[in-house]
Amino acid sequence: MAFWFWYGLRNGIRSTRYPAAPESSAGISPGRPLDTLFADPLEAARAAANCPASAITAVDSLARVDFKKCVFCQRCHFGTRDELHWDASFEWTQRHSSERGYEPLPRDFAHSLHIIVVDAGDCGACLNEVKQLNNPLYNMHRLGFFFTATPRAADVLLVVGPVSENMRGPLIKTYEAMPDPKRVLSVGTCAITGGVFGQTFTSAGGVGSVLPVDLEVPGDPPPPLSILHGLLVVTGRKQPMDAQHSPVNEVSK
Amino acid sequence: MITTPTTPPERPDVLSLEANIEARFKTAVSISQNKNQEVLIALERPSALGALCKFLFWEAGCSFAGLVVEEQQEEWQLIYLFLLPGKHWVHVSLLIPLEDPTVPSISAHVHAADWYEREAEDLFGLHFEQHPRLGDFVLHDQVWQEGLAPMRRAFDLRQPRLERQPNQAWRPTLVVKDPGAFAMPVGPVYEGGLGESVHFLLETVGEDVIRASPRLFYKYRAVEKLAEGKTISDGELLAERFAAKSAFAHSLAYCQAVERAASLDIPIRARRLRVALSELERLRHHAGAIEGICQSTALNVSEAQAAIVEEQLLRASCSFSGHRYLFGLNTPGGLRRDFDVDICRRLLSAVDRASGELRRLEDRLRYTSSFLDRLEDVGSIDAVAARDLDLAGPVGRASGLPNDLRREYPYSGYGEYSFDVASEKEGDGYARLRVLFFEVRQSAALIHQALESLPPGETRTAIEHVPAGTTMGWVEAPIGSAFHWLRINEAGLIGRYRIMTASFRNWLGIHAAVENFAFQDFPIILATFGLSVTECDR
Repeated sequence: MAFWFWYGLRNGIRSTRYPAAPESSAGISPGRPLDTLFADPLEAARAAANCPASAITAVDSLARVDFKKCVFCQRCHFGTRDELHWDASFEWTQRHSSERGYEPLPRDFAHSLHIIVVDAGDCGACLNEVKQLNNPLYNMHRLGFFFTATPRAADVLLVVGPVSENMRGPLIKTYEAMPDPKRVLSVGTCAITGGVFGQTFTSAGGVGSVLPVDLEVPGDPPPPLSILHGLLVVTGRKQPMDAQHSPVNEVSK
Repeated sequence: MITTPTTPPERPDVLSLEANIEARFKTAVSISQNKNQEVLIALERPSALGALCKFLFWEAGCSFAGLVVEEQQEEWQLIYLFLLPGKHWVHVSLLIPLEDPTVPSISAHVHAADWYEREAEDLFGLHFEQHPRLGDFVLHDQVWQEGLAPMRRAFDLRQPRLERQPNQAWRPTLVVKDPGAFAMPVGPVYEGGLGESVHFLLETVGEDVIRASPRLFYKYRAVEKLAEGKTISDGELLAERFAAKSAFAHSLAYCQAVERAASLDIPIRARRLRVALSELERLRHHAGAIEGICQSTALNVSEAQAAIVEEQLLRASCSFSGHRYLFGLNTPGGLRRDFDVDICRRLLSAVDRASGELRRLEDRLRYTSSFLDRLEDVGSIDAVAARDLDLAGPVGRASGLPNDLRREYPYSGYGEYSFDVASEKEGDGYARLRVLFFEVRQSAALIHQALESLPPGETRTAIEHVPAGTTMGWVEAPIGSAFHWLRINEAGLIGRYRIMTASFRNWLGIHAAVENFAFQDFPIILATFGLSVTECDR
């Protein structure tokens, strides 16, 4: 069975160099819609009406995007007259809108971070994207980040899904079993606003209504590098994308 | 388990099927056919239900596609969906009074119906007479009180957290009572959370798992209830997002249901592109499933290689369609966008690279005895048990069931392509792995056939009006056959949306594979089944 050894070696190192160097391979991110300044208020209004997730609001000729609500239906991207500008980035992590404020974990955690993931009703996409971080192409271990099987050893609680009622208990138990200091990262639109599942008798409509969330990684699903960016923000190695700087995002059309 | 003949007798054609049923159940049924050539059997007397379903499943050789329950003005309608492979749909319909929702259980005759009845009991508050195990299913007893019945029309979905009196004393039923017996709980948060939320109770007296009971629905998000009252275009979002690893397949089933209701022919270009995208999704899904199997046996290099292929296919999907999980493409009437020659060519070369890589991986795995030792004769399900549980998808095909809808009941023009359907006899973990590798090759070939024969033209036909009524769409999703049943009401909105998936059927069957194997085989058996929890829970 020595051939496995050679087979592995021959493939060489395939990991991305992010965050040391920028990563721009094709297909690493679906990108995201940007606030777009149309020539006519009517176009902006049409773009807003076209969004099934109410993520777009029209302010005069400006179509403003609340990215935390976006479900990536791409209806403002393909096959429409009122196409929004798209940005191919992936560094999307934002602070949670609570008043608690956000602070990165102490420096000691920067190169030794243990993460427990809880699937609280995820559709499978976010969870699969989280799983990709262990894949040689992303190889999270090189940054000192590890998934752990026990909440007792975890520093970060990474939650995907809108928090289904049957998972509320296990999620809270997991959080309570974690030692301090700890941070909660909600990953994906569903974990932030409930996404297409919204708030119902069996969906809490996001992790924020169950646990004190620190950071949010929007996207449906956010690609692996976005999640990695989130983890880098948790440790203070990267800055969150400031949710307030939308004028910079405005692109006129 | 029911003892029955190993091979079903010759499949009767529809005429003899109808004649047969009429001869046997003369006074109990009335038979008709609708415009889609579906055989509709209206049952006059509930008492004949069990015998009729037994006849359809065991003698006529139908497979059981699922149970649709609908609350109507004056009664409950239950539709038991059977599929006569390669032939026709058979709908057995039963009306029971609203105030007395008692139905005879058919799961003693059709084992595959067991969970459908438990689900209907929990969500609609129907009572299935003589069902051995009702209660605590979708709505867990330590979270919800009994008798909630959220799928009833009167139940308001938007009420936030309910006042609840759950049964705090609820404990799982332990069956193994031998001296020294104990139960090992696994989940719902396990493997560092990288496994989907599901709980297993493994009962044992030592080394072997004697009884395995999976507990699902931790992720129940009431997708079917959410869809009610939505527009057809909003329903699309739900169809696509309840199980993202088969997003394209499920959105296709949904779209086909709507198109069928509107009697709409979609452009050939869109049909071919849909085939290419479905197969791309299957290819990516199977790469992930193969990765899971390699991981479960701790063969790390092969796991890494399969993982690279999966990620490369995700990237190829993103470059091709704009989304890594193919969201936002399907729409009733066709596809939301078109793809030019260049982009198709790039996809083909990515597919070739991926399938070549998986082929090399397969060749190495075949000669790795330590790997094969963990798969061969592990988690075996023979043809009789597979048929009894009506296992779907690659799992069923590994036990010799001809259950591929692309062949048995073609859709989206699958009849025009040349491809082979995997079929293995052993039904063990290795047979399931071989089926996956076989389907990878077929999918790659199908993508070539579809993209190389793309005619010019539109990719979308506008749908003007969807008439009120019921309709159904089906696909062979990567995990197995899925059926989407839809009622469109007078206002053109969704009246009832019912999703019946392969994972739901196969989770019922997984105990048959796990029981009587050692504990350390459990993760491997789980991986070779490759099931999705979210597809089951909805």
